[in-house]
Amino acid sequence: MNRIKSKLQEDKKLLSIYFTAGFPEINDTVNIIAELESNGVDMVEIGLPFSDPLADGPTIQESSTDALKNGMTSETLFSQLECIREKVAIPLIIMGYFNPVLQYGVEDFCKRCAEIGIDGLILPDLPLAEYQAHYQDIFEKYGLINTFLITPQTSEARIREIDEASDGFIYMVSSASTTGAKSGFDKKQNDYFDRISAMNLKNPQIVGFGISNTETFQAATRHSKGAIIGSAFIKMLRKEGINGIPGFVQGVRG
Amino acid sequence: MNYNVDEKGYYGDFGGAYIPEMLYPNVEELRTQYLEITASSEFQDQFDSLLKSYVGRPTPLYFAKRLSEKYQTKIYLKREDLCHTGAHKVNNTIGQILLAQHLGKKRIIAETGAGQHGVATATVCALMGLECIVYMGEVDIKRQAPNVARMKMLGATVVPATSGSKTLKDATNEAIRDWINNPTDTHYIIGSVVGPHPYPDMVARFQSVISEEIKSQLLQLEGKENPDYVIACVGGGSNAAGAYYHFLNTPEVGIIAVEAAGKGIDTGESAATSVLGKMGIIHGSKTLLMQTHDGQITEPYSISAGLDYPGVGPLHAHLYASGRGEFISITDDDAMKAGLELSKLEGIIPAIETSHAFAIFENRKFKPDDIVVVNLSGRGDKDLNTYIEYFNL
Repeated sequence: MNRIKSKLQEDKKLLSIYFTAGFPEINDTVNIIAELESNGVDMVEIGLPFSDPLADGPTIQESSTDALKNGMTSETLFSQLECIREKVAIPLIIMGYFNPVLQYGVEDFCKRCAEIGIDGLILPDLPLAEYQAHYQDIFEKYGLINTFLITPQTSEARIREIDEASDGFIYMVSSASTTGAKSGFDKKQNDYFDRISAMNLKNPQIVGFGISNTETFQAATRHSKGAIIGSAFIKMLRKEGINGIPGFVQGVRG
Repeated sequence: MNYNVDEKGYYGDFGGAYIPEMLYPNVEELRTQYLEITASSEFQDQFDSLLKSYVGRPTPLYFAKRLSEKYQTKIYLKREDLCHTGAHKVNNTIGQILLAQHLGKKRIIAETGAGQHGVATATVCALMGLECIVYMGEVDIKRQAPNVARMKMLGATVVPATSGSKTLKDATNEAIRDWINNPTDTHYIIGSVVGPHPYPDMVARFQSVISEEIKSQLLQLEGKENPDYVIACVGGGSNAAGAYYHFLNTPEVGIIAVEAAGKGIDTGESAATSVLGKMGIIHGSKTLLMQTHDGQITEPYSISAGLDYPGVGPLHAHLYASGRGEFISITDDDAMKAGLELSKLEGIIPAIETSHAFAIFENRKFKPDDIVVVNLSGRGDKDLNTYIEYFNL
């Protein structure tokens, strides 16, 4: 069974961490993942840096720019992850923009992911319709789970469509914003969490954007299966480096 | 072959809407409504009336006698430089501001490179009393100071884009991020035939007034609607899309697109996307794109801020790939020379973007009885500093 699916069946709220591969240093990738697992993180999104990250705020933009300056490429990332499954067992997802995947070749990219033991992809700018028309067969052939996003503006009909097309979890963006724009949740967002919860979707939801500490982690996971932290983790990495990981994870788990 | 957009938003293999889900409702709202709104007689009346009484349309189709004598062919200039604000950009902003009003939007955002689209957006926002925020690369803010001042006088807020190369591409990224953060009350007026569907088609339709007028004007002047060639400069490609639009499916009209070679195609400082680009995704559109082997978007270069863009509209990518359009790239030096020549021969100082189109006459021969229409997309006032420095005036 795909590691994402078995993880989703565990009876706990999942903590997932996003980081940009190649940041702060080019060869930190494997160490960061291993350190996250040993501190009890349930799932990791490995960010493949892109020159023009449209959906990201300044924190992830800057980490992407630094990672690219450090020389990170798709090929470098794959070679760093070559032996990752000898070290870690938690689900690993590659998250990035579609163009680098398109240039690598979607099938070649998926094949490398499967060989390494990557469990899924999140490509926010690959739209549902394009995925279904051209790429779904390839993803399925290599056993990769593709995760789609929903936002507070997504219509109920579209959420149902995305739920139908998903086979894993739904990435529930907490607010209409780029990453790292807001911290904490207001009443409108809590209403949105309640509204989605009441839809009884077949796929569990994992909430992202706006989560940075125990309080926001608990608020986000009140109705959902888990939460993803990105910008707050990258800010910590920039300040404290890999040594800051245990303290950061404890600070979220409480 | 048909060169108009298909129902899925593609021109051949190019186009589509590669946008994150956060933008889906905004873009979907436009996609489902733009044709109906713009086809309504209420909209048409408002659009036509403003183009006539505010923009100053129709713009003249002028026979350039001395230029024609020099190059031994019949050259007509479509005088978009005479539009209010000094370039064709305002045709599109008038259309989009009316559309935004029909959609009930209160806040307008835009990106700008040379500042022409920013000025045209600030102008229509002032006209309609709507809040206007223009994103502009920090580098462009420095090299296009007069346009920044114009936008401020018109009441717009100019926000510097400080990421990446700090030029048009980055200003566009920032505008898109603003739209993600303000999804309900804001309309994004994209300035070129780029971005996710329906933008390329919508902007081309608003600019298509250019070729519509060329047809009727040419009929009066030459007794026939179709020229032998239409020539335009292409960055994102909005003036070109407007000049070609009504000739796209008329194969006897030759379509020539002039791109910016910068310091030369092989110098690493160029913006000639059709030569240097490969299929990729930029700003929500699948198109030809200057990028690294690894799919990172590279920084283009051109002396003209308006052509300094690493992609090209999907319509133009299709014209290139299908062979319908003839693509030529012109260096900074050749463009500057052509701008000076037009000034001296015809008494018209063109924008440096437009100067690229005129450089074609030194690079390509036309027959004496060919009717060649050049879209004179903008005037050169904004570029005076660059001309002064280049020619030591």
